[in-house]
Amino acid sequence: MSSVWKQPRWSPYVVGAAIGVLSWITFGFMGKALGTSTTLVRAAGALESIAAPEHVEQNAYFAKYLGTAAEPKPVFEWQFALVLLLGVGALIAARLAGSKRREYVPELWRERFGDSKALRYGAAFVGGAVMLFGARLAGGCTSGHGISGGLQLAVSSWTFVISMLVAGVVTALVVYRKGGRHVG
Amino acid sequence: MLADLFASPGTLALGALTGLVFGFLLQKGGVTRFDVIVRQFLLQDFTMLKIMLSAVVVGGVGIYGMRAAGLDVGLHVKDAVLLGNVVGGVLFGIGMAVLGYCPGTGIAAIGDGSRHAIPGVLGMLFGAAVYAEVYPAMKSSILATADLGKVTFADTLGVGPFALAIGAAVVLIGALFALERFAPKSAA
Repeated sequence: MSSVWKQPRWSPYVVGAAIGVLSWITFGFMGKALGTSTTLVRAAGALESIAAPEHVEQNAYFAKYLGTAAEPKPVFEWQFALVLLLGVGALIAARLAGSKRREYVPELWRERFGDSKALRYGAAFVGGAVMLFGARLAGGCTSGHGISGGLQLAVSSWTFVISMLVAGVVTALVVYRKGGRHVG
Repeated sequence: MLADLFASPGTLALGALTGLVFGFLLQKGGVTRFDVIVRQFLLQDFTMLKIMLSAVVVGGVGIYGMRAAGLDVGLHVKDAVLLGNVVGGVLFGIGMAVLGYCPGTGIAAIGDGSRHAIPGVLGMLFGAAVYAEVYPAMKSSILATADLGKVTFADTLGVGPFALAIGAAVVLIGALFALERFAPKSAA
């Protein structure tokens, strides 16, 4: 009998329910909501301040999260630690299942755009930039709005999730067309 | 200065533990894979939606249940500046369909061997920096539109939040059953 930890995939319902239980713990015990995208603001501000500290200090948006010179807020706080460990958690899960996969250009992308790494990496960069800009404008991402806000039945979060899904479906249909119908 | 840079060790340890579990679950769920996310948007694989909705059902009933039982559990509701939520959501969906990851799954995907998620995360940092530069312009335009505040549907409908969480759970579980019945079988 192979142990449950070694299975490559778990039921999405088991995973979703476990994330729900995780949110009980973060809300109830830690006084926090699951989220990730604010950390990218803190990280961007911290990196930028190495080169241009005054510029970051004078920026009203960075000040919301990093504080001011007189009253600084920590860069490395709860969510920052969460985000840093996300990759480690995924690595452990993958290695337990014996996966040593390396993906440079995903199959679905290659079918449509060829196997150029430069093109894929460039598109990933632009996609990530547009996505995070949207997250900050909306006030959250798939975890902060999608899960934490969704479970609180927040008006802002359901508005975000529906807009995100509609735009994602339209974009995917345009970018990937039918996207290799051979599922499985 | 270093003391200002870091939150307390206990806070950091709890965040790290949460991230470790969250990343582990995202990988086991398959949403650290580009193809799973993109096929969700192509309506071929509903793994992502199944995970999100079951987290919402379990999390919502549990958290509102704890509050209904009188436990001191605070909410973390974000402001409903609806135009910002819509425009931001649309940009987010466009970017996510191209990248094939959201912020959390993108970072987790690096641990799952997706090398192209690395430029994706660098792009996220760039997007955050650009947003910080144009924030004043956003604040005086899109974010200056109607703000309903930190409201939930329980507030707007004037019903009890725990009752509504149960009601929403019933509807969402019904939707998940319908998905299993009518949606294409996932590749997993």
